[in-house]
Amino acid sequence: MTSAVETRSARTPRLSVNAPLLLLVVSIALYVVVAVATRQTMMLHVDGIVGLLQRMVGLGIVAIGQTFAIVAGSIDLSVANLISVAAVLASFIMQGRPEMMLPAVAAVLAISAVVGVVNGALISRLKVNPLIATLGVGLVLQGLLSASFTNFAGSVPAEFQAVAYGALGPAPYSVIGLFALALLASFVLRATKFGAHLYAVGGNAEGARLAGIRTGLVTVGAHVVCSLCAGLTGLYLASRLRSGAPWVGRDGVYDLESIAVVVIGGTLLAGGRGGVWGTLAGVLLFAALDASFNMLGVSAYPKLVLRGAIVIAAVAVYTFRSRDLVA
Amino acid sequence: MTIALKDNPGWPRLAMMRHVNLAVVVFLALYVAIGLLQPNYFEPAGVMNFLRRAAPLAILAAGQVFVLVSGGFDLSVGSLVTLTVIGGSMLTANDPSNTWWAIGVLYCIGLAVGLINGAVVAYLRTPSIIATLGTLLSVNGVAMMWSGGSPRGYLPENFRMFGRFVFHDVPLVKIFPLGVLVLAVVAVLAWWGLHATVFGRKVFAIGDNARASQLAGVRVDAVRIAAFVISAMAAVTAGIMLGGFGGVSVDVGLGLELQAIAACVVGGVQLMGGRGTVVGAISGALTLTALFTLLTLLGWPQPLKETAQGMILIIAVALGAWRRTRTG
Repeated sequence: MTSAVETRSARTPRLSVNAPLLLLVVSIALYVVVAVATRQTMMLHVDGIVGLLQRMVGLGIVAIGQTFAIVAGSIDLSVANLISVAAVLASFIMQGRPEMMLPAVAAVLAISAVVGVVNGALISRLKVNPLIATLGVGLVLQGLLSASFTNFAGSVPAEFQAVAYGALGPAPYSVIGLFALALLASFVLRATKFGAHLYAVGGNAEGARLAGIRTGLVTVGAHVVCSLCAGLTGLYLASRLRSGAPWVGRDGVYDLESIAVVVIGGTLLAGGRGGVWGTLAGVLLFAALDASFNMLGVSAYPKLVLRGAIVIAAVAVYTFRSRDLVA
Repeated sequence: MTIALKDNPGWPRLAMMRHVNLAVVVFLALYVAIGLLQPNYFEPAGVMNFLRRAAPLAILAAGQVFVLVSGGFDLSVGSLVTLTVIGGSMLTANDPSNTWWAIGVLYCIGLAVGLINGAVVAYLRTPSIIATLGTLLSVNGVAMMWSGGSPRGYLPENFRMFGRFVFHDVPLVKIFPLGVLVLAVVAVLAWWGLHATVFGRKVFAIGDNARASQLAGVRVDAVRIAAFVISAMAAVTAGIMLGGFGGVSVDVGLGLELQAIAACVVGGVQLMGGRGTVVGAISGALTLTALFTLLTLLGWPQPLKETAQGMILIIAVALGAWRRTRTG
């Protein structure tokens, strides 16, 4: 019994605190070792590093949002479809005209916020299981989108492509944006009342409610943040691809991959513990793996096999010492 | 609680019936609507063909229900269906004499995937949604690697028979597809396994409260692994059947895992475990298939079916939650 108590107390906090750092070290080590071993040392110069960081942007933004949903004890499977909606809508409204950039961005963010409210309300008001609620909303969105658009729709003007391709010195705007967003998200989670409420609701919803927190509103808030981040990823993809197509979100498997990196980053899938930096470290691991596979010349399909195994292994690192029963 | 049970032994069955009824009723309503639009669906041959088309999803749902009731998820079944079809075409290499041992090998692959899923969840304590997501990616990758990415053509005729063969001149129904027979066998086996065996009681017990059942002497890990193996075996069976429906391609199983879970949910199976029936899962699969058929008949564009599936999912779960809060 004593040993059980000891494992339990030793298990969670220490590993979670160090997880982002550990992941960071592992990712960098992997990247450097592969670059040196394959004699592609130019990958270690500024351009190579910037390329690595740029791989993080798309998944990184949506994963930051997913962190909010998961910390609050929820989950969001609709992000991939919302990303497609955002990308298509943005390029369709812009139609290559710079003056339509602002209305397009505003429309995308407004729709994302509405989707977030719907997700949150289904979960907190109608008590629909979050997996099913967001899966259902995602299917509804994807169906409507695919029925309206079958291919790349519209295009984004050159000015908007700067989001993905422009740079401030060596640092691309997109990478700066990702880290600015991470800073903001980390501030919200750690230093605001909303952040504290997210952890409280995720840790123990009933306890939070008895403590006077309006848990329903917190859930809605978490989902609005998550959906807004998905909308931003959609805008970024539209900028990078120069247009939006109804399959961009699904092709990126952003729903499942964002959940995977959040959990790899040390956020508890059950909610109540975790943070943005761990998530970013998880995203970096994925980016480093991708880059390393490319340098090693691993073709697409073995990459898929390895990625599946790595998702399991990375999460198992946290869980295998636990004595709790999971399903 | 126990006293209530003793006083009125009829109520668990009554509650179960009430739970199932919704999906059955919705299915029958949808089917009547289909029949009104297209009268040949009311003929025995129409019914049989409908059941044949619904069979793969119903089989997947009948396997998935074991994992859902035990409290987990199995997201890997769609990719396992793809692997079964592609593996079948690779192993048989267009030679019908290879079919039988190939099917044996495919079931062994299914067994391995199920064991991996179960072992990762049971021993590495990884939540099944992540564990089976990992196997989804890996199994898909294996299928792609095996086929080189762009398989085509058809499986040998005797392999395709499970999805295509039809007994003619059967009394009463005139035609009887082999696939419907397979579905019936799977349904009876699944019903027996979940509702009539000690193992089935244990699946419910660990889904309801894993810790309590462990303390009561249930070998939670073994039961959990068995549930994943059953789901994987159902996926191979569904894959063999789908291989008979069409050609070999990399997206045969795409999205089937979510459809199977959706079917179970529509049939009243509770996510996170402890409640659900095989009859409900299969009725849910029939309901979804009927819905898709109806929308096709109404001339809705293909993508809007997804929208309809999303709506029916949310409504089914919201209704279930509402009923639970009302009845306690």
